[in-house]
Amino acid sequence: MSSVTKLEVPVPEGVKLPIFMDNHSTTPVDPRVLEAMLPYFTTHFGNAASRNHAFGWTAEAAVELARSQIAALLGGDGKEIVLTSGATESNNLAIKGAASFHRRNGNHLITVETEHKSVIDTCKRLTREGFEVTFLTPAKDGLVTAEQVAAAMTDKTVLVSVMLANNEIGVVQPVNEIGAAIKARNPKTLFHIDAVQGVGKVPFHVEDAKADLVSITAHKMYGPKGVGALWVRRRPRVRIDPIIDGGGHERGMRSGTLAVPLIVGFGKAAELAAAEREAEGVRLRALRDRLHRGIASRLSETYVNGSLEHRLPGNLNLSFAFVEGESLLMALKDLAVSSGSACTSASLEPSYVLRALGIGDELAHTSIRFGLGRFNTEAEVDYVIELVVRSVERLRSLSPLWEMHQDGIDISSIQWTPH
Amino acid sequence: MAYSDKVIEHYENPRNVGSFGKEDDDVGTGLVGAPACGDVMKLQIRVTDGVISDAKFKTFGCGSAIASSSLATEMIKGMTLDQAAEIKNTQIVEELNLPPVKIHCSVLAEDAIKAAIEDYKKKRQERGQ
Repeated sequence: MSSVTKLEVPVPEGVKLPIFMDNHSTTPVDPRVLEAMLPYFTTHFGNAASRNHAFGWTAEAAVELARSQIAALLGGDGKEIVLTSGATESNNLAIKGAASFHRRNGNHLITVETEHKSVIDTCKRLTREGFEVTFLTPAKDGLVTAEQVAAAMTDKTVLVSVMLANNEIGVVQPVNEIGAAIKARNPKTLFHIDAVQGVGKVPFHVEDAKADLVSITAHKMYGPKGVGALWVRRRPRVRIDPIIDGGGHERGMRSGTLAVPLIVGFGKAAELAAAEREAEGVRLRALRDRLHRGIASRLSETYVNGSLEHRLPGNLNLSFAFVEGESLLMALKDLAVSSGSACTSASLEPSYVLRALGIGDELAHTSIRFGLGRFNTEAEVDYVIELVVRSVERLRSLSPLWEMHQDGIDISSIQWTPH
Repeated sequence: MAYSDKVIEHYENPRNVGSFGKEDDDVGTGLVGAPACGDVMKLQIRVTDGVISDAKFKTFGCGSAIASSSLATEMIKGMTLDQAAEIKNTQIVEELNLPPVKIHCSVLAEDAIKAAIEDYKKKRQERGQ
């Protein structure tokens, strides 16, 4: 008979499975957002670019309202909002558009190793067109400093791109200090912020950050998927080349018929985020701390990845030493979370974000990202604590590395055979 | 990723989890893989009169790695050392319906069996038996 059996954790009343705690990947549409969107699928279906009839006018008015709602969340003006299909497009447009337009001023870009792939890969593509890119390495806590950015700048630096908050570890970068340092060094160098994960969750204002370009998306803030925006500063005017050619929509920066229902939903989501950010932040931080304490007080050898202090309120990224992440996800099948383990991808490489922090691959393989959101409850958190603790204990009883650790053997002293 | 029913079954009810005394004369231990790669298997055999009378494992790795090593211990019990050394990873792939991205788990299980047999034989040689 086997000593290890199937794990059963009773589900408390009021908790419905599966539980969604992966709010960095996406969020559900808030019912208030959906309600605002619905008329724009059927009754008010007009093309916002139709200038000569009521259907077009109604759609256009709705889009203009949404622009001002989105801009208000960032501290900007509705006229500065360029609507896109989402954050990947916004990041591409910001970086490629700025690089192309300002090519004559220089060919140097600066970004960070922990940025989203839509920033990193866009920068890498530009190296094929003669650009040079500096990828800054963050400190062990995931943060880059304004000094680091300023020191990397040259007279040829046309753009610096730093994210507001990281999608894996939730670390919030000091964008206000970075913006000030960039402009002090060279007012002409543009500052792009990928604010997708941070806006509506932590304080942010385009003027405080001295930003020129800001990418955001609706579906990370309880809006619909398929719509995002690039905020493009008007005073002083920031120029970028389009990457999509066509009818000249969005002041020539992004052609294509506007997705009116999605944009209306984006606007409503932004309005709610602006109104509820502070209260929601307090609630999510309390839930996150409860989750962290609940797990760490019962399990040894758990590590928080990235700064706990400078962090999104709803993010917890934990490594459970000696337990491989994918096997843990399998145990947590009624809980939607993510792992930095390579086994979740075909590449067999663990998270590049954790690597950039200098976290060893053996620990990166054991990481789990919890992303708490608007609709998570305390009862869910308590159930998740129980489920995680018991699953980790069970998998550690199966783990040869845990056994060695218990016997006082230093895992790093063993000559392993990488495969 | 969707797991096959057999992988889930072994993952939820792993067979032969545990450890034998490493220093026991009749025990062979195979430790393969690397923590940095996300897979480490420890597979042990107890040998009685040239036959594997018992087997145990512990695995750090994904569900497919755990299932592969669990199945491996089941397969080798009752086999002679020569028979066990003949086991191919493809048998494990077939039995567990492993997808291509998980084939390395079965390779690791095959390596673990071979390493355990080697260790046992080496011990015997060192004692001049």
